[in-house]
Amino acid sequence: MPEPVSTITAQISRVKLAGLLLFFLGPALAIYSLLSIYPLVATMALSTYTNDPSGGRHFAGLANFQALLGSALWSKPFWNALGNNLIFFAVHMCVQNPVGIALAGFLSLPGLRLKGFYRTVMFLPTMLSVVIVGFSWNLILSPLWGVAAGALKAVGLGSLFAPWLGLESSALVTLSLISVWQFVGIPMMLIYAALLNIPDELIDAARVDGLGHLRIFFHIKLPLVLPTISLVSVLTFVANFNAFDLIYSVKGALAGPNFATDILGTFFYRTFFGNQLQLGDPTMGAAVATVIFFIILVGLCLYLFLVQRRIRRYTF
Amino acid sequence: MEQRARSLGVHLVLIAYSLLAVGPILLVVMNSFKERSAIFGAPLAPPDSATFSLIGYQKVFHTAHILTYYSNSLIVTLVSMALVLLFGAMAAWALTEYRFRGSTALALFLSIGIMVPIRLGSVAILNMMRSAGLNDTLTALILVYVAQGLPMSIFILSEFIQQIPKDLRDAARCDGVPETRIFFEVVAPLLRPAIATVAVFTIVPIWNDLWFPLILTSSDSTHTVTLGVQQFLGQYITDWNSVLAALSMAILPVVVIYVILSRQLIAGLTSGAVK
Repeated sequence: MPEPVSTITAQISRVKLAGLLLFFLGPALAIYSLLSIYPLVATMALSTYTNDPSGGRHFAGLANFQALLGSALWSKPFWNALGNNLIFFAVHMCVQNPVGIALAGFLSLPGLRLKGFYRTVMFLPTMLSVVIVGFSWNLILSPLWGVAAGALKAVGLGSLFAPWLGLESSALVTLSLISVWQFVGIPMMLIYAALLNIPDELIDAARVDGLGHLRIFFHIKLPLVLPTISLVSVLTFVANFNAFDLIYSVKGALAGPNFATDILGTFFYRTFFGNQLQLGDPTMGAAVATVIFFIILVGLCLYLFLVQRRIRRYTF
Repeated sequence: MEQRARSLGVHLVLIAYSLLAVGPILLVVMNSFKERSAIFGAPLAPPDSATFSLIGYQKVFHTAHILTYYSNSLIVTLVSMALVLLFGAMAAWALTEYRFRGSTALALFLSIGIMVPIRLGSVAILNMMRSAGLNDTLTALILVYVAQGLPMSIFILSEFIQQIPKDLRDAARCDGVPETRIFFEVVAPLLRPAIATVAVFTIVPIWNDLWFPLILTSSDSTHTVTLGVQQFLGQYITDWNSVLAALSMAILPVVVIYVILSRQLIAGLTSGAVK
């Protein structure tokens, strides 16, 4: 918190200050508490109830969680979705970050022409709706249209083509890569901004010492933007474990083939709203949401207490 | 010489990636203006006088309430953004300008909303909206989006408010101007550059959101573009003209706005507002 900004505001009477705070903070806090914090808490509370066959609701302690993690009916789809979500996240970490770093590295080269043009074009997919992106790729990769097959054939790799989105073995990774294609703009931009903040003297000093471009990048620039990379990673983590739109719009609520692309978001939706195979179950849905909440919380804590504390920050 | 070769290499990489980024979008938009046989016969060819056709667009206009979807999306996005800016700026002002007990706790309380997705409270949100009679209304969507956008905007706007010179507001105070007028007439107009930055973090996620329209709206008259197009695509999946046209109609407004605003938008993203 910054130092008191004004000596005059410190002299405002208590009653008057309370009135001002109520006026300025009231609307934002009311809406935020009522529609963001309260629903989170109420959802967690609801997750400790179950529905009676008669339609009533009664307290059941942790029974929903036991069922979710252990019973034959619930645990199989749950662990499947969690495993798939981890793969989804792993693909993002392994592809999105390196590509984003590389693009940011190129863009930040001094004297590069057309910088603004490249930046604008490469960030474009990030602006589009996930639904639109998913569907467009669905068409492009479709064997019916044959665009992807034709493109591979043109470079002599025609035999590599397969209906990737339709195969149980490749659907999840393909969807992850579509998501990477869309969101690589975010790490690119944030890391680009961090690279621009590195003072020129530092780079000049390294150059005088005889370091080449590549070594300057890996030994000086990259360590300096490490805090940004870890921030991007935690943003990706939260977004991935909250993802839903892409799988739902390409694969539907059942996340086919044979649940191969089911992640926690689609599992939550199915549990809560039901689908062709099962009726919606609000209390179980609330339990799934609570588990997702704790997964995200664990990820955030790991970041705050392990990663962020250990990284050395440099201020220029 | 070596310098030149290196710069050429860098441009080749960047051009290749740019093509990968816009190629799929161009392909969809381009083919939406072609007749069916040309879509399949020569997907990579731009439409010419022989293959040009608007049949897909005609079908979308006839079968989907696309104009209703657009106006719903516009209303929801603009009203949400206006409220996020107004309430966000007011809260940011109170948090940065006045010293009071619990201000740090309040800032922490608000930061929960930045990291934890509001989606996880969907079960309770739906219950609340049902009991308040707001189910299947645009108001429900607006309320949720305002709650979702507020925390981030408060933090961004706080940074802007801190940069406004103190003398400006203290001078007004010495003249006996009331606090509310200082905020609305002195401070608020100075926040104009922040609007673009806040807009990046509110407009885009709201316009593109599928989840809340999906769970909170059920009739055609309240669908947004994203949900309306999604449902249309699901129904007409085999009608390639219509599918490509519907996709293009969802893509084009965003691209146009993006190209107009991209400078401010990228400046906002890279200004260090996100730390």
